[in-house]
Amino acid sequence: MATSTVTRVRRQLPSSPWLFAAPGLLITGVFILYPFVSTVVSAFTDRRTLVPGKFVGLANFRELLHDDMFWIGLRNSTLYIVCVVPALVVLPLLLALLVQKNIPGITFFRSAFYTPVVASIVVVGLIWVWLLDERGLINSLLESVGVGRVGFLSDQWLLLFSAMAVTVWKGLGYYMIIYLAALANVPRELHEAAAVDGAGAVRRFRTVTVPAVRSTMVLVGALSSVAAFKVFSEVYLMAGPSGGPAGEDTTLVMLVQRTGTGLTGRVGYASAISLVVFVVTVALMLLVLRADRREAS
Amino acid sequence: MSVLEKARPVSRPEAPGPRVTDEHGRRIRVGELVVRYVLLLVVLALTVGPFLWQLSTSLKGPTEDIFSSPPKFLPGHPTLHNYERVADTIPVWDYALNSLKVAAANVVTNCVGSALAGYALARLRYRGRRVATLVFILAMLVPVEGIIIAQFTTMRELGLNNTLVGVVLPGCIAAMNVLLMRNAFLNLPYEIEEAAYVDGADVWQRFLRIALPSVRGTLAVVAIFAFMGAWDDFLWPLIVLSDPSKFTLTIGLNYLHGTFANDERLVAAGTVIAVAPLIALFACLQRYFFRGVGEGAVKG
Repeated sequence: MATSTVTRVRRQLPSSPWLFAAPGLLITGVFILYPFVSTVVSAFTDRRTLVPGKFVGLANFRELLHDDMFWIGLRNSTLYIVCVVPALVVLPLLLALLVQKNIPGITFFRSAFYTPVVASIVVVGLIWVWLLDERGLINSLLESVGVGRVGFLSDQWLLLFSAMAVTVWKGLGYYMIIYLAALANVPRELHEAAAVDGAGAVRRFRTVTVPAVRSTMVLVGALSSVAAFKVFSEVYLMAGPSGGPAGEDTTLVMLVQRTGTGLTGRVGYASAISLVVFVVTVALMLLVLRADRREAS
Repeated sequence: MSVLEKARPVSRPEAPGPRVTDEHGRRIRVGELVVRYVLLLVVLALTVGPFLWQLSTSLKGPTEDIFSSPPKFLPGHPTLHNYERVADTIPVWDYALNSLKVAAANVVTNCVGSALAGYALARLRYRGRRVATLVFILAMLVPVEGIIIAQFTTMRELGLNNTLVGVVLPGCIAAMNVLLMRNAFLNLPYEIEEAAYVDGADVWQRFLRIALPSVRGTLAVVAIFAFMGAWDDFLWPLIVLSDPSKFTLTIGLNYLHGTFANDERLVAAGTVIAVAPLIALFACLQRYFFRGVGEGAVKG
């Protein structure tokens, strides 16, 4: 019955499905898939913004190997994953546990903790540039407790770690909401049984909560590591367009932006870097998903 | 287990009285409650504090010391002077208008385009439907940062670089949203649409009168995230816009920061102008923001 109806619907208006899907397919094709193919092709050419360029084989990739800036970018983007991902897997979970119980006023707290997610990364970056300024609030506080002023935004490493802290700060609320949804599905009986067995809060967290939200932790790990590797705005705003002292805080996407734009932009070379970003991103996804499957089985 | 079942109170008190209970009606100890609220207030200070400090800085006049140690959290003589100065320094209201145009256009195109495409993927049978679905799935997996230079050269080829249309186009029907709408339509019972078909409704009537009103919630999520995404976006407008008269707020703020970095009051006022509309929107439509995280967790 159902199929016959559907068949008749199809016969009635044969062109309409494509009419419905056409705008979406057109935009996706022209602005996502075509640029993707174009990136892959350009990576093997010496194309510039105003010059079509010719095929140069692996020359761009050979140049990458000897480009100090590329290695700096790769190092910083990798460090970003190493430092930011563990924080974004664990801290939002603890935060979710804190706001999980429906005590009075909790909806206010949940919303308030989400505010940094809503704000533009530019706003967030500039807020923290001012907070971490040589004469800003955090240094004022540090000075009044006798620690002295710290050059958060002038030292190469402190700058990078400050940017990471900002990324974590902005991401907390987002992943907290993901964890809240997962925690709602943890059977209460498990907690009660563990409590009856005399397990304390920490023990119950390790033996009940963590196993129950493990797949969500993997999801958060995958999402945050892909996002961390592609970091651009925080570092760009805090370290400046040139990437901090001697460019030592440049990330890969910053390098793509710097190399490939402008009238003299080296589109071919920037595409080669983009391809590295793409391959690492996909590899990260596969790695995390595979680890998840192996552990689950 | 059965002992526990019996021990659980049957009724769930609605109003929080002196006895604070959790969602299962069990009592929370006072000690635990105090610890929870203290922690909540600490996190509140860490997450909302920076915004308030920025607001406070923006309200401090030129004679007030903003660098004092220990810091002064409240402005001594609150003034809107800095907001007037932002408008004198950069055309901030034009930038806000540009941001609003971009965000509004992004909302309309995403809602219309992804609802149409999502309906086609979920409900209509035709040759190539699987291929069409695959196109959107693949597109969703492509990291925008990895193709941004090619998007820029594409935009140049079309002669749309340095225009607001160019800012909107690449994300105007996000594959993510198409798939969200597809799932929403798939979750609707088919029978109603079948009945409408029997009553002689054509595909547009079924789409507009029956399917679309049933997925309003998801559509609201798409709209809100489209607005927020466009309003907050930085990397793409930074690349595609070069003419200062076309800047959106985020790019204008970056310019303000780059040129007047030493004028903290001015930059603070600019950031407040940029963030206030979104915080207001969030305050009004919270549940859709939260729902969006759940439905679009793949967005990253």
